[in-house]
Amino acid sequence: MTGYIVRRVLSMVLMLLLLTLVVFLLFSVLPTDPARLTCGKACTPEVVAANRHNLGLDLPVWEQYWVYLKGIFVGRTFGSGTATYSCDAPCLGYSFKRGEQVTVLIKEGFPATFWLAIGAFILWITSGVSLGIYSALRRGKWQDKLVMGVSLVGYSLPSFFIGLVLLFFVILKWQLLPYPDYVSPFENPLQFFQTMLLPWIVLAFLYAAFYMRLTRNQMLDTLGEDYIRTARAKGLRERIVIRRHGLRAGLTPIVTAAGLDLAGLLGGAIITERIYSLPGIGSLAVNSVVDADLPLTVGITLVTATFIIVANLIVDLLYAVIDPRVRLV
Amino acid sequence: MSTNTTGGATGPFIDVRDLRVEFPTEDGMVRAVDGVSFSVARGRTLAIVGESGSGKSVTSQAIMGLHNRKTANVTGQVILDGQDLVAATDDEVRLLRGQKMSMIFQDPLSSLHPFYTVGKQLVEAVRVHQDVNKAAARAQAIAMLDRVGIPNPDRRIDDYPHQLSGGMRQRVMIAMALLNGPSLLIADEPTTALDVTVQAQILQLLRDLQAEFNTAIIIITHDLGVVADVADEVVVMYGGRLVEHGSVDDIFHRPEMPYTLGLLASMPRLDKGRADRLDPIPGLPPSLIRLPQGCVFRPRCTYHQLAPAGVCDTVRPDLLTSGPGHEVRCHLPADVRRTIAAERLGHRQEESV
Repeated sequence: MTGYIVRRVLSMVLMLLLLTLVVFLLFSVLPTDPARLTCGKACTPEVVAANRHNLGLDLPVWEQYWVYLKGIFVGRTFGSGTATYSCDAPCLGYSFKRGEQVTVLIKEGFPATFWLAIGAFILWITSGVSLGIYSALRRGKWQDKLVMGVSLVGYSLPSFFIGLVLLFFVILKWQLLPYPDYVSPFENPLQFFQTMLLPWIVLAFLYAAFYMRLTRNQMLDTLGEDYIRTARAKGLRERIVIRRHGLRAGLTPIVTAAGLDLAGLLGGAIITERIYSLPGIGSLAVNSVVDADLPLTVGITLVTATFIIVANLIVDLLYAVIDPRVRLV
Repeated sequence: MSTNTTGGATGPFIDVRDLRVEFPTEDGMVRAVDGVSFSVARGRTLAIVGESGSGKSVTSQAIMGLHNRKTANVTGQVILDGQDLVAATDDEVRLLRGQKMSMIFQDPLSSLHPFYTVGKQLVEAVRVHQDVNKAAARAQAIAMLDRVGIPNPDRRIDDYPHQLSGGMRQRVMIAMALLNGPSLLIADEPTTALDVTVQAQILQLLRDLQAEFNTAIIIITHDLGVVADVADEVVVMYGGRLVEHGSVDDIFHRPEMPYTLGLLASMPRLDKGRADRLDPIPGLPPSLIRLPQGCVFRPRCTYHQLAPAGVCDTVRPDLLTSGPGHEVRCHLPADVRRTIAAERLGHRQEESV
């Protein structure tokens, strides 16, 4: 077990390094010239060349990568002479567009994204899984068809549609909620909840639709298993058969899906964040692309991918805890 | 086990009368079991044989009350120790399951819950029916594991099913079935998923336990070797019906229904040339939705022209007594049936069963 964890963590670190390399190379072959972007219209070739040198973009690519990688662990400084910008470890680059370290920008955007993801996660897991179980137990009845119908609607409606419809009716037309304005929950809990309620619902609806179906199918598969028949043959009450034997096996795969989905969301829910003006990582990512703020785009890509990789490891380890058949060797 | 009630030592402990199981489907009514009757006394073993889809497993699950009454129509009578289970409520039958009657299944790996230790599953089985604490239930479980021949039961009890071998798993299943001292044990293909050497051990174990606990056993199998090994009486099923019923001697030495003959001839024989060793029954089992008009076996029967003209195509044969305790469902005249059997199984009559 310990050996397995050590090996998995090591391979994860290797994977993350590889990831930085791929992302870095990917963005370095883009036709956009970051040095040209540093100054406006009245730009002379001399200024561009000077900026290129200050940013370290005149170095060979592998050397740039090395400096970048070093920056993540020990920090680095940009520029020279009087115009130096220090970038503390973990340095993911410096956004000259925004005059701020990429790490700081991501840290600023993280709380909104985190609260959005966590709230929606709780909402969709409770509703999706419970409705999925309910649906499986009422298989073929009208309740099952209703739940599956709702799920199909959730599947089919894109989040920008539901998001805009809710925004229009609930906020603009009926004015049931004030216009979204994100604050920290520790600062103004009421305003926080008023702002987050609709984004949570929009995001949760989308995912819950998927989880209803997933849970229902898992439960139906499980309830058809031989060991469920054994449990009935023992003389157990149907309630216990379903709860102790059915749910235990049926919900295990949901853990994997849920872990990965949550990690994916921590990298930003672009559409929902945009609609409700949440200053999260998703919004930040879109803005960085629109502004051609390359260091920021690279930084967000790395962080988002890291979440997924780490979540993958956690989910695998967790799975070994839940399923005794999984041997960690 | 000492409280022998109405069944007594000689009378039938389980009496199945005109059992029918139907599943309504969109394509029509599936008549999986159509009027099956048999009975088993304590200490005796009845084998139900037949191909896949003949209704043998459905019959056993109907006895155990494992069919969902919303999706299956079960009619007829299943009288267990004087109590009709078809007329009883779900909860009454549930309380008998695992206590008065138990069942073991074909594939012990998929029949045990993969996420719980053997011990947990055994303790659960004890505590459904007995008001004892976990420690006492565990002690019972260990004793039973020991009884079914699992070495180091006090350690193996904490294993997960996947950590045991196939034979050990089936022993665990048997232990689980016997924990509450059932008087009826239904074994649905108990050896099919096991190695041949393990098969023999499991059958021996079942025989020993039967002698010890005086259990009535219903064994469901398509393996005639198993039947010859353990059964006292045999029921042959085809297309959801009972087509021949008799003692193990009747079935192996004096079979009369052409389907039974076909089953016997399908066993590989080493006393013939390689080409003649296997003699399969032509065709496929019938669809249980649209059964043939006359005899269900008619489309696959090679002897129907020996019966009175056309009768096999139009009239459903009745189950008629052919000898003491021997019933056959066939239109062929009795002497014709016996002649055919003698021809088909010539050598086999001299073999010891």
